[in-house]
Amino acid sequence: MSKYKMHVLVCGGTGCHASESDQLLEDLKTIVTEKGLDSEVQVIATGCFGFCEKGPIVKIMPDNTFYTQVTPADAREIVDEHLIKGRKINRLLYVDPENQEHIADSKHMGFYKKQLRIALRNCGFIDPENIDEYISRDGYEALAKCLTEMTPQQVIEEMKKSGLRGRGGGGFSTGLKWEITSKSVSDVKYVVCNADEGDPGAFMDRSILEGDPHSVIEAMAICGYCIGSSIGLVYIRAEYPLAIDRLKTAIAQAREYGLLGNNVLDTGFAFDLELRYGAGAFVCGEETALIHSMEGLRGEPTVKPPFPSVSGYYGKPTNVNNVETFANVPVIINKGADWFASIGSENSKGTKVFALAGKINNVGLIEVPMGTTLREVIYEIGGGIKDGKKFKAVQTGGPSGGCLTEKHLDSPIDYDNLIAAGSMMGSGGMIVMDEDDCMVSIAKFYLDFTVEESCGKCAPCRIGNKRLYEILDKLTQGKGTREDIDSLRNLSHVIKDTALCGLGQTSPNPVLSTIENFWDEYIEHVDEKKCRSGQCKALLQYIIEPENCVGCTACARNCPVNAIYGERKGVHVIDQVTCIKCGACLEKCKFNAVFIK
Amino acid sequence: MATIKLSANKLDELKAVCKSFNNEKGELINVLHKAQGIFGYLPAEVQEVIAKELNISVAHVYGVVTFYSFFTMLPKGEHPVSICLGTACYVRGAEKVIDEFKRLLHVNVGETTPDGKFSLACLRCVGACGLAPVVLVGDKVYGRVSPEGVKDIVAEYAK
Repeated sequence: MSKYKMHVLVCGGTGCHASESDQLLEDLKTIVTEKGLDSEVQVIATGCFGFCEKGPIVKIMPDNTFYTQVTPADAREIVDEHLIKGRKINRLLYVDPENQEHIADSKHMGFYKKQLRIALRNCGFIDPENIDEYISRDGYEALAKCLTEMTPQQVIEEMKKSGLRGRGGGGFSTGLKWEITSKSVSDVKYVVCNADEGDPGAFMDRSILEGDPHSVIEAMAICGYCIGSSIGLVYIRAEYPLAIDRLKTAIAQAREYGLLGNNVLDTGFAFDLELRYGAGAFVCGEETALIHSMEGLRGEPTVKPPFPSVSGYYGKPTNVNNVETFANVPVIINKGADWFASIGSENSKGTKVFALAGKINNVGLIEVPMGTTLREVIYEIGGGIKDGKKFKAVQTGGPSGGCLTEKHLDSPIDYDNLIAAGSMMGSGGMIVMDEDDCMVSIAKFYLDFTVEESCGKCAPCRIGNKRLYEILDKLTQGKGTREDIDSLRNLSHVIKDTALCGLGQTSPNPVLSTIENFWDEYIEHVDEKKCRSGQCKALLQYIIEPENCVGCTACARNCPVNAIYGERKGVHVIDQVTCIKCGACLEKCKFNAVFIK
Repeated sequence: MATIKLSANKLDELKAVCKSFNNEKGELINVLHKAQGIFGYLPAEVQEVIAKELNISVAHVYGVVTFYSFFTMLPKGEHPVSICLGTACYVRGAEKVIDEFKRLLHVNVGETTPDGKFSLACLRCVGACGLAPVVLVGDKVYGRVSPEGVKDIVAEYAK
């Protein structure tokens, strides 16, 4: 990167891509060339900066200028003003919501201040399609160190000492997993990278693969060396075309540089990678289901043991790790297990990437040390709740997790605390909800997901979840009873105890956790037939305020079921029994007389 | 069971795909991905050919096709509309966007308009949660779609 005086980094992640960042990149390149600056200024597409809320993002180095919501129309001004005249363009700078000041240097932005980027270290810094840029940031140094200075056992010891735990949700010790697979005796073993990120609302794996694919390739090779495998397989969602492209490019470059192949770095170690595509099945994130899917079968899980470490892909020992887990590995080898173990909390070391989404100001991808509190994440990094609304809950762990509420805001986030709070780490999706969200509906939303994604192999999951969904639906229709809430609880526990795989065993969590934390709301739905957030349409009441009604008859004329009656120029009334809650009256009333209760 | 006649050159193309994977049954999912790329969907006749080429039962192929949501046995519209129903999009109002598409196109989710122009589907998370709610038309991503904005999207493709 050094021969250029200035670097213009344009975000090429999926989010920014969807807002024309590719056009912006082309325009910037054209104008830079047109002005004869192409020998001094390098314009590249990088991986995700994480600050998706304000995309597309353009960062200019070395002065760290961070431009937000840049459009192709801004390209010429950036070149003329910033690159040529050295003047920052104020209107494109991020504005601090607290004091309305323009922040020029991203280091001073609230969003980045509390973050510590290990897994995302290269995302937004390098061109993911250029292996040299990865190498210039210590890329493949860890692999070289392992192959030339360390025995497989030493690497495994280092991994164990680091305390790295699986980032896909399970939280199993990575070093221990490698050790078990290394001890399994077999002629062939496999390293598998689980990139089937199915948790709705989580996109950390996609961002790592798009922004820093080489870190995963390097880590998989290191794992191969440790467990005695020469074949790596990446199981990736077909819904991530950009990540697939970047990964393919990266694999081709690594082969060309002798970092993959029959003789890696001239050490005699052989390792190569292949891609396997998912086809849209959430359960395939479960490792046994994933392995069946790679074998060309329906992605149904099987009972463990045997664990994949002993008998996996085609019955051979298979080490499955998640993308984010792998992305941590090269740094641990380079900087040492002690350094890594010094970050985080007692039993959860290092950092965790979270995808912040929902009703929060700064939607995006963040990475914080384990043990950071929810309050810091939501208010300092996330910039608080959107539109000044009141915080209600944050859902972690996706369809397998639960809700954390105000009382959990100050507890540190790590594997054990989340489980104690009735949720789980999961892959790191964090969906923030405000006062307008109905928690019964949220539970129903997740069950709808689970019902659709259940593979159908075991009865508790296939039938039990369907029943849970039906009871929740009944509640949102205003037809529920107190016995229904008891049934929800009982059935949830039965499913948790008897389902075959992780999907079924955790699918009732959103129900249990919302009942536990939002008991009042459940009771209101049942006893008062009321939904305080107004989300449950069947429980709404449209009411005409007599003081505002002038008797224009607009509402009565537009009511499709003739539920509104009243004299012309007299106050109108809605018959609640006939009303189908379509909202036509509210829309037509010019006098603000119709409101929802 | 097959009612759709495959054209001879597409059939050859399909057989060539199977061959490129060494007619290996473990490659079934990769073959299906390619086949859907050729035909746009996976009708029974295509599944029969694949079963024969890979030397597995049609039931096996059918079982896999129906298991994964990415595979479809119905032809999609010229402009497939997919609305993201990931959690981030859901809490930001994706359901209202779906309702508006249903109203404007007069089809339900999973259906195609009679003129074959649009098909409507839901998917779970494209990972562009910063732009929620998100709608995809073909490969193009529309972010922050409001129910009011739906008619503009439809108009863009209705010509």
